[in-house]
Amino acid sequence: MTTHDSRLTLHGLIKFFLIGILFGIIMTKSEAVSWFRIQEMFRFQSFHMYGIIGTAVVVGAIGVLVIKRRGLKSFDGTPMDFTPKRMEIPRLLFGGTLFGLGWAMTGACPGPLYALLGQGVWVVSIVLLSGLFGAFMYGVLKPRLPH
Amino acid sequence: MLKAFFIFSILHTPWHWAFSGVMIALVMFLLLYSGRTFGVSSSFDALCTLAGAGKKVKYFEGDWRPKAWMLVFLLGTVGGAAIATIWMQSPQPVQISQATRDDLSSLGIHAPTTLEEGRGYAPEEIFTFRSLLTLRGFILLIVGGFVIGFGTRWAGGCTSGHAISGLSNLQLPSLIAVIGFFIGGLVMTHLLLPIILKL
Repeated sequence: MTTHDSRLTLHGLIKFFLIGILFGIIMTKSEAVSWFRIQEMFRFQSFHMYGIIGTAVVVGAIGVLVIKRRGLKSFDGTPMDFTPKRMEIPRLLFGGTLFGLGWAMTGACPGPLYALLGQGVWVVSIVLLSGLFGAFMYGVLKPRLPH
Repeated sequence: MLKAFFIFSILHTPWHWAFSGVMIALVMFLLLYSGRTFGVSSSFDALCTLAGAGKKVKYFEGDWRPKAWMLVFLLGTVGGAAIATIWMQSPQPVQISQATRDDLSSLGIHAPTTLEEGRGYAPEEIFTFRSLLTLRGFILLIVGGFVIGFGTRWAGGCTSGHAISGLSNLQLPSLIAVIGFFIGGLVMTHLLLPIILKL
């Protein structure tokens, strides 16, 4: 879907590294990567995580609406990538539920896993490797799974 | 004076949920403006392809280089988290609600009250290499990691790709995925975790 040049220039390298730095700081200072915060969320005992995700979605939705209405383009003049998600209920529901189990077990989704590594929680490297193996096994089993 | 207070707050106190949410949306917009999309779990595919999985499994065939930007982004995420931990530390551990503190305490997990006890990000009862050798630690960290990788690829996205990017774009499929996230999370938290933590 993306029409931009996928080669990474030095400029692009620095840009994405800096956006990543910002994301790592946000994940840590918002406490969204805390195992305890995720427990609090799934126990409905605090508004914190719902506030974070809810605000991001509301601000995001308003922004996306403005981008679409005004036809705003990305930096190189190509349209921004709003590829629609495919409506495949079994994969969304089964895959989503499986991920939800892991989210409550490790207290982290993929982004926070990388952030926890940066916080010096070294055992998370094993969790990440295990996640990669999980993704690999999905690739192996994909033809046999309902989608 | 006010400016100094503001800068100190950003650096050394936990961020308010509203500010955090706006900042996450900002990251999504920065990536959109850069011609990319915000979705972390596809990095798992890119890393598998990079490691050579494409030779054995069709799903991973192709070029990882179009995803190279994401690997750089995530390298930055690791660095940003290190910066925030070293130079932007809050004066207290993560302050969770008393109700959660009590619930976890009855399951044998202590939420730290002082920085000496921990920062309140990852419980020390679980997140150590030694705990990998226990059944409890193995299930929570190894099996937990596995289902994150398997589940996010099956669902085609995680919290960033479906909950933030997808819902911001009013995608009904993403809403179904998020409902799935919560089915799994609630079943684990309320039915399975009490059993696993007693192992």
